[in-house]
Amino acid sequence: MIRLPEPKADVLAKRDEIIAGLRELVPASGVIAEPLRLRPYETDGLSAYRQPPMAVVLPETTEQLAAVLKLLHRYGARVIPRGAGTSLSGGALPLADAVVVGMMRMNRILEIDFADRLAVVQAGVTNLGITAAMQADGFFYAPDPSSQLACMIGGNVGMNSGGAHCLKYGVTANNLLGLKIVTIEGDILDIGGAHLDAAGYDWLGLLTGSEGQLAMVSEVTVRILRAAEGQRAMLAAFRSNEIAGACVDRIIGSGIIPVALEFMDRPAIHACEAFAHANYPLDAEAMLIIEVEGSVAEQDALLDRIRAICAEFDPISLKVSQSAEESAAIWKGRKGAFGAVGRVSPDYLCMDGTIPTSRLADVLAKIGEMSESYGLKVANIFHAGDGNLHPLIMFDANDPESFHKAEQFGADILTLCVEVGGCLTGEHGVGVEKRDLMHVQFTETELTQQRLVKSAFDPGWLLNPAKVFPLLAA
Amino acid sequence: MTLGSLAPADEAGVATVIAEAADRREPLSIAGFGSKDGMLRPVQSARTLSTRNLTGITLYSPRELILSARAGTPLAEIEAALAEHNQHLIAEPPDLSALLGGPALSSAPQSWGGVVATNLSGPRRVAWGAMRDHVMGIRAVNGRGEVIRSGGRVLKNVTGLDLCKLLTGSHGTLGVLTEITVKVLPAPESTGSLVIRGLDPVRGVAALSAAMGSPYGVSGAAWLPAWAAAEIPALGEGSATVIRMEEFAPSVLYRLGRLTEDLAAFGSAEPLDDAASRAVWHAIRDVTPIRVAAGEAVWLVSTRPSRGPQVLAAAEAAGARGFLDWSGGRVWLAGPGVEGTHAAIAAAVRAQGGTWTLMRAPEPLRAAADVVPPEPAALAAITRRVKGALDPVGILNPGRLYAGL
Repeated sequence: MIRLPEPKADVLAKRDEIIAGLRELVPASGVIAEPLRLRPYETDGLSAYRQPPMAVVLPETTEQLAAVLKLLHRYGARVIPRGAGTSLSGGALPLADAVVVGMMRMNRILEIDFADRLAVVQAGVTNLGITAAMQADGFFYAPDPSSQLACMIGGNVGMNSGGAHCLKYGVTANNLLGLKIVTIEGDILDIGGAHLDAAGYDWLGLLTGSEGQLAMVSEVTVRILRAAEGQRAMLAAFRSNEIAGACVDRIIGSGIIPVALEFMDRPAIHACEAFAHANYPLDAEAMLIIEVEGSVAEQDALLDRIRAICAEFDPISLKVSQSAEESAAIWKGRKGAFGAVGRVSPDYLCMDGTIPTSRLADVLAKIGEMSESYGLKVANIFHAGDGNLHPLIMFDANDPESFHKAEQFGADILTLCVEVGGCLTGEHGVGVEKRDLMHVQFTETELTQQRLVKSAFDPGWLLNPAKVFPLLAA
Repeated sequence: MTLGSLAPADEAGVATVIAEAADRREPLSIAGFGSKDGMLRPVQSARTLSTRNLTGITLYSPRELILSARAGTPLAEIEAALAEHNQHLIAEPPDLSALLGGPALSSAPQSWGGVVATNLSGPRRVAWGAMRDHVMGIRAVNGRGEVIRSGGRVLKNVTGLDLCKLLTGSHGTLGVLTEITVKVLPAPESTGSLVIRGLDPVRGVAALSAAMGSPYGVSGAAWLPAWAAAEIPALGEGSATVIRMEEFAPSVLYRLGRLTEDLAAFGSAEPLDDAASRAVWHAIRDVTPIRVAAGEAVWLVSTRPSRGPQVLAAAEAAGARGFLDWSGGRVWLAGPGVEGTHAAIAAAVRAQGGTWTLMRAPEPLRAAADVVPPEPAALAAITRRVKGALDPVGILNPGRLYAGL
């Protein structure tokens, strides 16, 4: 189990006073302190770790959020920012002496401007909620993490979330214009705005992906895009991971950047097919889902070129969708992948390293060897265009030994990712999950530099403590 | 004023110079070849630390869409290497040597580090992101003389605080970049443009906005007044509203055709072929229509696209002139390099919302005025603490961005 800092005795001693203070700042239903009602907040998408907080507070306005942080800062109380609680890295894991500040009540879309192609939304609006509000007008918000139905834009900013379509449209950081933030001292600041590229230091870029270490986000101004005329997917199945990887290289090398390029290995194909009945080829070792955009004629032209490239790699099957329904069927298995693996094994860890795409085949081979030696099954799903791997390690949560081995297996995979030139996390964040692996990727000097930047925003280290940075020796 | 120039041979040399300067609390001007010396505020230092000897592309993997080069590598060398594989820099960094009044690029090329440290992006930024969006990894030396890395050489990476973005565009005030890795993309097979003549700026921006809001993937959207259009041969008479498409050749033709129909309400659109389109956007990128006279200053404004015309009008009322890029959101301005014009432009941007940079100005103005908007007190305090976190004794380009910092 991961080490968590000792609760602050002075804060715990003032628990009732702090909760009473919070009740003065937000409507009565917005402060939760009864043990039973704290249970839903004890964990997030990394459910292996659980710790009820001291209290939960749910502000409804930026001003309330500022007042809450000011009060907590005065008491020296630790703060855990929380959106929908979908973090896969334990980014919203509470501490016993901490107050969870949940943003779910700040769920309004404040402005949509098609002429200037932006939307201003509160931090608790869901990712899909943004697109849903403008889809009828042909616009969308591009980053599309798998959790997009539930996850909130504030959390997306905190984690710099990606998704299946970032090969073309970029990640959260590339799709933001501005933030309204609240500092730990309770100051409300506008960062950026309705314009691109603010002069001065790139606070927007630094805050995005900072995992709640620097400030809390209350409003987000996102860039919105007009959707292409249409999109269509194709499926290509191959005899080995190496061959599929070489095919990905050739597609990119041809000058085509598909809007999505997803890779599944044999265990993932089988799990998804059993779950979604998407007609995936069960005799394949590796499968690609490739999506292109444009008019029907443009889609045809691109898919013809991609099909011709795939045909050079001895494919087991090539299926070009002829309609939106067929595209949806191809995506169905991939989009249900987590649920599918969950059927094979109720407990799994979803890893998130990135590797140089040229190392794909040997990394998958090594993961296969590790799977044998740990005796744990793994299914690999990843964003092939950008090398972002999502190995799903299956284990039995009722068996502590199995969980321990799964964590060790995951750490080995991430260490391997760094060794081949990649990184610990491509889009899920460090959280608590990968905190103690930060030494694998960074020198002590580099970690100290990052800690100093954190201290510049949060001198008392009250914001989302015990995440991202390895704990200093007590 | 700069008396001596230090040009270490490698990153370790940069670290040594900075560590020794930090010990002596000696400020350093940070430069590559000096093409951007005239930007922002002047730095008071006896010596300049140049990265010009840190040269060479250290990694280029076309199939992985990734390129790394040392900070002193001339930009042209990187662009040429990419062109060999039909790839390009996504942000389309401009050559502002003429605009900034520095030496010609032949004697002072733009360094890779300089382009990143100033976050210079061209017209394509409106659709495809700024330089900062594509920086995947950096190596840098902080003000303690320590080598720090952030990011890496992969396309997706959220490990730790994103110091890549913090240092990109920090103008050498937080660290000296020694090596930068960027994402690159296949260069488009073909390019083409539409020109609608004679629209006023408000109507022009409305046309640009309609084009950007179309499903056709516009990658450039600019409005030039008649005097600026006249400086670009392919544009000719009258104001020019210009829309660019970069795609496979059949798509460029198809999409320009569809856009011509969709924009019919704004007037007839004349197509520009590949060569003319490239020439026009090259000129817009490098801001060549604005010829800066002695005693003039240059401002770069970023505002909400629909507010660009108001900013331009207010600047014109203060004696400046300019044109609009980024669908109206980017306003390039030149005018009298005096406090009155400067204050009027800053006030206009404040009124419309946005940000500005005093890119170039006569010495008295650039030494005395803010060159970027002042920050609110709470943010300015964070700025000071972050500067202190990276450059505790304040020796890296002190005063370049903010007076006293």
